[in-house]
Amino acid sequence: MIYQGKQKIWSEYQKEIPDDKWFYVRSCIRQNFFPASERMFMEICRDILKKDFYETEHHTTCGGIAYHCDTIPQETAMTIVARQFALMTEAGYENYVASCITSFGNYTEILQTWEEFPELETRIREMLWKACRKEFDKPKYLAHASDLIYKYRNLIAEKAKFRLVNKETGEPLRVVEHIGCHYAKMFPSKGVGGAEYPYVLAGMIEAWGGNVIDYPERRHCCGYGFRQYHVKANRGYSISNTHKKFESMEPYRPDMIITNCPGCPYFLDRWQYVIAEMEGKTYGKDGFGIPVFTYEEVAGLVLGYNPWDLGLQLHQVAVEPLLDKIGISYNPQEKYKGLDSKDIMRPGLPQNLKCF
Amino acid sequence: MGKLYEMLKEDYRIKEGLKTCINCGTCTAICPAAEFYRYDPRKIVDTVQRGNDSDIEELLKSDVIWYCGECMSCVTRCPRKNGPGLVIMALRNLSAKLGYFVHSEKGRQLYPLTKIMTGNILNYGYCVHPDTFKWEDHVESGPVWKWHTEHLEDNFARLGANFRGEGPGVLRKIPQESLDELKSIFDVTGGTERMNAVEKFSEEKAREMGMSIEEYFTYTFGHCSEGHLNEE
Ligand code: SF4
Ligand code: SF4
Repeated sequence: MIYQGKQKIWSEYQKEIPDDKWFYVRSCIRQNFFPASERMFMEICRDILKKDFYETEHHTTCGGIAYHCDTIPQETAMTIVARQFALMTEAGYENYVASCITSFGNYTEILQTWEEFPELETRIREMLWKACRKEFDKPKYLAHASDLIYKYRNLIAEKAKFRLVNKETGEPLRVVEHIGCHYAKMFPSKGVGGAEYPYVLAGMIEAWGGNVIDYPERRHCCGYGFRQYHVKANRGYSISNTHKKFESMEPYRPDMIITNCPGCPYFLDRWQYVIAEMEGKTYGKDGFGIPVFTYEEVAGLVLGYNPWDLGLQLHQVAVEPLLDKIGISYNPQEKYKGLDSKDIMRPGLPQNLKCF
Repeated sequence: MGKLYEMLKEDYRIKEGLKTCINCGTCTAICPAAEFYRYDPRKIVDTVQRGNDSDIEELLKSDVIWYCGECMSCVTRCPRKNGPGLVIMALRNLSAKLGYFVHSEKGRQLYPLTKIMTGNILNYGYCVHPDTFKWEDHVESGPVWKWHTEHLEDNFARLGANFRGEGPGVLRKIPQESLDELKSIFDVTGGTERMNAVEKFSEEKAREMGMSIEEYFTYTFGHCSEGHLNEE
């Protein structure tokens, strides 16, 4: 097969991802904001595809956010990661998969730095031993969780009940993909498709029937910026960058956005709400926003899961217009219910952004 | 080439992120921070590579080094394989270590950040945790999150999380022995020393500004003066 243009570049960045036997570590932000996505990931990998994914309660944050907020030294961040590797080693696994992009970038950077400066790895091993009496092997393979869903995308497509297609027109949905910066911007060869034409989400979108939109600010950061969000006084940075992306994608009329980073879906969702409330501007049709999803949420939707089991009620931008477009049925009365339909009231409504 | 420059060169992020800068400005063109703040990563990299200690000291005491969002977009684009974002991390590290961060408004934010992040890690084992993510500090999270924070237990149970529970799962309680190991890692690797240094320098600065440390926290977390932004 002769590859040309983008395809040629993609072909140079294909990863040989092991099929099975993974040590799974969670993401701080995703557990807080997209708790059902991680549950969905495990359900797809373990229950539907029957793969071996192991998790231990002893794993912790990788420290990545604290590190990128410059609150802990590099040695501290590295030793926390070394401890995680030790847990993998103790459990008898060699393939390591992280749910978080900041973690994935952190792990990639650390392994690369140790490669280049072996004396630093030795020092970290000594520190880990001193602190925890633990030793570790480095992972044979390091993946981000989206790499796995990418790998299994056709298996998911085979079992799909819905496709990313407008049921009225039969046209593929117009999908924006947003890749977290730390997925491949530092080490392009570590991400599926590299940094320029990452294919990890585009591959899922195509396999599930949608069309990927190319727009000028496709590779621009969502605006998280670590300290630029966690410190209240700096949040103008965060919303300005999100705003830039939305202004750039608006003319392409996206039906939905898929992301593979913990923070990005939160920022792309919530800053749409803030832009609507501050400026009266909305980016979807008829006063709605453009719904933003994690890749597991989209996998869950095409597999036919109940949207409220996927946690879509925790988004601020209403997802119902998209569900209607695809033809996914849902019970509006159940949206904000607790376990066993327990009544736990419902959120207030924004002034400008249309929600249910 | 002075003492500060030598200290910077010890940092692995400088070893990795500073080869030779040809001042092309590509990093600045791609940088989301440069778009918003009066910020130019090209200038910073050039200042460091010139190695003049008084210029570096000025940088370490300035707001400028705190404008970067550490997205690392510049790393992909630099034609000479520099990492301006990594150079920034090394500068911030040295500024924290020497206490120079208290000289600038954006630098002083290191105090609330350190309290929040290291508090979450050492108390919970997470960088972010529902117990400390207060809606009042995050109104941008919207009415849906206000409702969620009022019904945490119910929502997490509905979505299959293991909130504060034993064993694995989403937002499980991380066992005390694992938290003890994190604390021990902080002690051995300089994490605790860094927290104490940031606290000490910040307390001194708070006194100088006539504030209690609690007032200083609130002020540095929420206050933004004019003069940082391009469009001002
Ligand atoms: S892109 Fe690289 S070479 Fe060009 S100014 Fe920035 S750091 Fe220097
Ligand atoms: S890492 Fe910092 S300097 Fe580099 S592009 Fe991102 S914000 Fe700009």
